[in-house]
Amino acid sequence: MSKIIIKDAVKKYGDNVVVSGLNVEIGDNELFTLLGPSGCGKTTLLRMIAGFNSIEGGDFYFNEKRINDMAPEKRNIGMVFQNYAIFPHLTVRENVEFGLKNRKYDKALMTEETNKFLKAMQIDAFADRLPEKLSGGQQQRVALARALVIKPDVLLMDEPLSNLDAKLRLEMRRFIRKIQKEVGITTVYVTHDQEEAMAISDKIAVMKDGVIQHLGTPEDIYKRPKNAFVANFIGTSNFVNAKLKAGKVCFSDEYEISIEALKDKKDQDLVVSVRPEEFVIVQNDQVGIRGIIKDTSYLGMNTHYFIELSEDNTVEVIQESADALIPDNTPISLQVKSHKINIFDERGSENLLRCDSFESA
Amino acid sequence: MKAHNKFQLDIWGFITLSVLVLYGCFLIYPLGNLMKQAVYNAETGVWTLDYFVKFFSKNYYFTTLFNSFKVSLAATFFSLALGAPLAYIYTIYEIKGKAILNIGIIIASMSAPFIGAYSWILLLGRSGVITTFFKNMNIETPTIYGFFGILFVLTLQLFPLVFLYVRGALKNIDSSLIEASQSMGCRGVKLFAKIIMPLIVPTLLASGLLVFMRSFADFGTPMLIGEGYRTFPVTLYNEFISEVGGDDGFAAAIAIIAIMITTVVFLLQKYIGSRKAFSMNSLHPIEAKKITGIQNIIVHIVAYIPVCIAILPQLYVFYTSFKNTKGMIFVEGYSFNSYVSMFDKLGRSIQNSIIIPLLALIAIILLAVLISYLVVRRKNTLTNTLDIISMIPYIVPGTVVGISLLTAFNQKPLLLSGGILIMVIALVIRRLPYTIRSSVAILQQIPMCIEEAAISLGTPKMKAFFKVTVPMMRAGILSGAILSWVTMISELSTAIILYTGKTKTLTVAIYTEVIRGNYGIAASLSTLLTLFTILSLLLFAKISKGKDISI
Repeated sequence: MSKIIIKDAVKKYGDNVVVSGLNVEIGDNELFTLLGPSGCGKTTLLRMIAGFNSIEGGDFYFNEKRINDMAPEKRNIGMVFQNYAIFPHLTVRENVEFGLKNRKYDKALMTEETNKFLKAMQIDAFADRLPEKLSGGQQQRVALARALVIKPDVLLMDEPLSNLDAKLRLEMRRFIRKIQKEVGITTVYVTHDQEEAMAISDKIAVMKDGVIQHLGTPEDIYKRPKNAFVANFIGTSNFVNAKLKAGKVCFSDEYEISIEALKDKKDQDLVVSVRPEEFVIVQNDQVGIRGIIKDTSYLGMNTHYFIELSEDNTVEVIQESADALIPDNTPISLQVKSHKINIFDERGSENLLRCDSFESA
Repeated sequence: MKAHNKFQLDIWGFITLSVLVLYGCFLIYPLGNLMKQAVYNAETGVWTLDYFVKFFSKNYYFTTLFNSFKVSLAATFFSLALGAPLAYIYTIYEIKGKAILNIGIIIASMSAPFIGAYSWILLLGRSGVITTFFKNMNIETPTIYGFFGILFVLTLQLFPLVFLYVRGALKNIDSSLIEASQSMGCRGVKLFAKIIMPLIVPTLLASGLLVFMRSFADFGTPMLIGEGYRTFPVTLYNEFISEVGGDDGFAAAIAIIAIMITTVVFLLQKYIGSRKAFSMNSLHPIEAKKITGIQNIIVHIVAYIPVCIAILPQLYVFYTSFKNTKGMIFVEGYSFNSYVSMFDKLGRSIQNSIIIPLLALIAIILLAVLISYLVVRRKNTLTNTLDIISMIPYIVPGTVVGISLLTAFNQKPLLLSGGILIMVIALVIRRLPYTIRSSVAILQQIPMCIEEAAISLGTPKMKAFFKVTVPMMRAGILSGAILSWVTMISELSTAIILYTGKTKTLTVAIYTEVIRGNYGIAASLSTLLTLFTILSLLLFAKISKGKDISI
């Protein structure tokens, strides 16, 4: 059980700077996710915490203990790898016992602990089999048992579910969440799957180009993304251009809304991010951004409309399915739910609706 | 993750340096020494290029090198032309008795080449069985001596190598590629030429290189049946061994020239090979299909004949080992007499043929595991250097290795000649490149994260390597080791230079008996060696569980 504190972390491969000046604090027993597209530096950072990547600058702490120069085998970490890294020449039980043997556990205690975790992971039936006969999900449980049985200070998971099929992925992520809470262990979880990150995490750090773009709870990140990249990466967002004029947000087609928080801001160009469920389709010449329905997907509870606003901007709108679908090529207007949408500056780099009260949340 | 490790003097850094020192002592120093001899006249104490001038100005010497080149190139061509199509036929058609034919091919490729040569003398030589048979019917048979004889024996000896390589490569071609091309109307010979051939070009080049190096460096075959057709290993041996008129400096010059040629061929192969490489992984390997009628008969004939001819010398040697002999000729009747008199001639050669390769094998396995780990997992300038150095013996002919070791270590304080150690060292140096290559290939298959998992569970690095990685490499290394073992027990070209009465090996014993004309004893010794080989291969098959042989 440890806090993890990272100060000014720097990672370089030759002259290529992958991570520069990164700061983060991960709380006790927290499930903390590093989320980002491939090449964003999330795995690199995880491996720096594990000790498999060298640290070119900054300080890494587990609680008060600085670990920069500590050998990985001394850091007391549990690690779960993308391809499980199960030892193929050892049985399931021997795999789980492996770390305990290194810690010179007493034989009886070792068996007891191993059995406990084999049971918790529901793999006790395969204890004496070689891992090659196991399915992906079972192998993943072995990997998890092996990492947890040594009672590590932190658990590191590198895209642990990406090799599983969709159904198993859902099952395993609930399982991981449950076990993590039961055992109560600080966990750093790496994934590129935003839905997985949302479902599993206490806190998420969205990363891009080695920089944390937004660090917050899943709810915070979804509702008030710090910039347009985060808005686009987490869930689906439509982007519409607008102008701020005398405190009012002016869209095309003379559609305007007023937003309390922007009242005193100076006039400027805006990028407005609207999630598919934050649009309202209106007909009968009501005011709104005009568009034409181009395509429709009926998914039962909801209906997805793809609406062309201009030649180069088609937006996705989700509505609760009504009695009758609106036929394709119908001209309609779109209004927005003004308390839900997010408004960014011209470059999409700052959310104008975020205030400091959010930061501390 | 790309590794940009800097050199560190930890335990692995220490191992890197130690291995480099070993290579320095037993490879670089002897070869450097040889190079010095080639350009330095010890009697007059002057640096000179006289030896090279002598070599190139006298047609007598120059021809030997040209001859070697010619016969090796021809042998490479014919081995490829025979081995590759045969492998293709074996892959796409169902052939009765395929398993037995496979064993036959492996035995043919694993036996010592000069045994084949001497057996062909018994069959097609001046008073050979086949020659005499046809002579009685007044039919001239082609001679087994000279260029065509060497080419014939080498091709039969080496096409199985191509066969084994190409079969392995064909297993990696997905049958969907074939089906796709057939669906577009490309089939039969055109399919082979347009799709299959280009895909296996890297394999063809690699096996071609191996065949070239083996035939270029082969000492036994041209020595026995070359007669007037002199090749470079024979000339080298004669220059070096003969007590009158021999000249060590001149021998050294010949050796250096030979190395230059093999280096050029090696680099050329690498250059072409690197531009034609594909990575393939097949989910559905090509399945052999059953055919019927006349086509089936033709396929069977084509499949059986080369294998039968290749294995014929082994069978004939086996047969003659039970014949009665009188002086140098075989006479009527069968007995174990050859085996009985064999034991008088054996001396320590059986023990030597086990102890020397065994010691070499232990060293090879240990070094190969360490070096492959350094090369794959600890990339830095120093380990890259090590990688390159470790490949040098691949292009140095065995005779040259033998001579360089002998000249480097034949006086105090570095007196090793005449002992077992020098023969062990020679074998280690010669076989190591192959074992390193196969270990590297195995190690590259094992993801680094397995080792990291062990470390994250609290295992120190070195222990993680030996407790997790080595056990995972074990099967692959072991099967590679057995193949090394098989080639080492039939090794002749360095042993012939380094042996003394005490350290005579089985192959040397066979060779000397053949030279003396004691064909009966030679046959029984050869049978013993073949038996050794077969037993080792059976062990290989058991350990590798039907995986491919790659040499």
